[in-house]
Amino acid sequence: MTGEGMSLTLRDVVLSYGGAPVVDGLHLDVRPGEILVLTGPSGCGKSTVLRALAGLLTPDRGDLLADGAPIVTTSRDRAMVFQDNALLPWRTVQSNVELALKLAGRPRNGRREEALRWISDVGLTGFERYLPKSLSGGMRQRVQLARGLAGAPRAVMMDEPFGALDTQTRSTMQRLLIDTWRAHPTTVVFVTHDVDEALLLGDRIAVLGRAGQPLRAVLEVPSPRNPDLSRSALRAEAISALNDSDLVS
Amino acid sequence: MTAPPAVLTVDEPAVAVAATGSARRRGWPAWLVRIGSVAAVVALWQVLTANHVRLWLRFDTLPTVTEIASAFARRVATEDYWLDLGQSLIRILTGFALAAVVGVVTGIMLGRSPKAANVFGPIVELARPIPAIAIVPVAILLFPTDEAGIVFITFLAAYFPIMVSTRHAVRALPTLWEDSVRTLGGNRWDVLVRVVLPGILPGVFGGLSVGIGVAWICVISAEMISGRLGVGYRTWQAYTVLAYPEVFVGIITIGVLGFVTSAAVELIGRRVTGWLPRGQGANR
Repeated sequence: MTGEGMSLTLRDVVLSYGGAPVVDGLHLDVRPGEILVLTGPSGCGKSTVLRALAGLLTPDRGDLLADGAPIVTTSRDRAMVFQDNALLPWRTVQSNVELALKLAGRPRNGRREEALRWISDVGLTGFERYLPKSLSGGMRQRVQLARGLAGAPRAVMMDEPFGALDTQTRSTMQRLLIDTWRAHPTTVVFVTHDVDEALLLGDRIAVLGRAGQPLRAVLEVPSPRNPDLSRSALRAEAISALNDSDLVS
Repeated sequence: MTAPPAVLTVDEPAVAVAATGSARRRGWPAWLVRIGSVAAVVALWQVLTANHVRLWLRFDTLPTVTEIASAFARRVATEDYWLDLGQSLIRILTGFALAAVVGVVTGIMLGRSPKAANVFGPIVELARPIPAIAIVPVAILLFPTDEAGIVFITFLAAYFPIMVSTRHAVRALPTLWEDSVRTLGGNRWDVLVRVVLPGILPGVFGGLSVGIGVAWICVISAEMISGRLGVGYRTWQAYTVLAYPEVFVGIITIGVLGFVTSAAVELIGRRVTGWLPRGQGANR
């Protein structure tokens, strides 16, 4: 299924948004197969970093590397799951997932079965022929997750994929992500505002400073994942790293 | 693949089933109201013309509904009527089909390529405000046959609304869709075929809908000016011999043809854009 995760490296990276630098001289290594959570105050460039790693954005300066090779454009090896509804609205659930398989070069034969397996993995059996407009926000994010992982990318960038969901659906999706990631190991870079979500999902948490400021901290999260971390000293440390930010925990 | 993760709770579909009993309005069915409104206008016409009503408008000069109906019955029994009708349909369908293809292709080019927009944009914007019918004298000179000239005028009339709507639709496409396909490994061709073409269909059909209406206006006008056959030509011929019931036969025929072709475009448009979120009643 999914190959091993890839390493991602940022060396002295400068990224701009609307002409103004939002990330200035960022150094960061993402280890193969880990879930690295990027967090930080609004406007600090989390999503911009993610877009650059996906190959959707070219840095003004510095090196972006995937397994040591420069990232110059998008690649099927580096998928992205968006916060907003990025499903193609004219395609059914099944067709959206099949598209990922087609673009990943899977032969026509067997594509349907593989798509159905992914749909089952994210708990949407019975909704294969539904259009995105007929699904709830949580269901659409499940499809996005299946579509993002179906092409067996070696890294997945996730841009606040659960940010717009209600608490219960969000919790469900977080467990689903961990389960799916365990079943299909890959490198995940996950952006969130939520410290508890970061502690639950991340192997490590990178805390970005305000726009243009250096990386504030990279915290190791003890394994195995434990929801009780939300009451731990690590949580306090993460919040401390964000002490002058507008983070909502 | 290892064992799939446990299936967790599944949210309910967000969209409710179309029409519920409480949502249905009481009253006459829509089709009856629509037919009734047309019948009311026809009845009013008959009353005004049969009674030679002369207010500021002079209805006493116009044929009655019954006179028009008699003329219609006579005309549809002739071979000429169907020849004219076929000729007009061939002209409009040819011109419109060409306009649809060229309009969509150039609309996509102008919408996606800054280079194409710089090179062709000014020419298009200079030509766009010129009414197609004003080009008839040029078309007569330019094309070896009147037939080709009329098709060209029809093409020109439909082209601009289609091209402009397509260009707007391309520019309004959410970049998120394109980004998602690119990050799945899609190339430029994939983006064009799997995102741009299906994504712009609502806009394209908006342009086609306007285009078919404008195309009818221009094909009839061009036939009146330089045609040898066709509904427009025949209507003008009837006017020159003061056969007013026949003039109205032509007018009604044009109206029905326009209605049918517009409805066909509308229907196809609805079919291919069924994925759009629509409010209740939008499909009626």
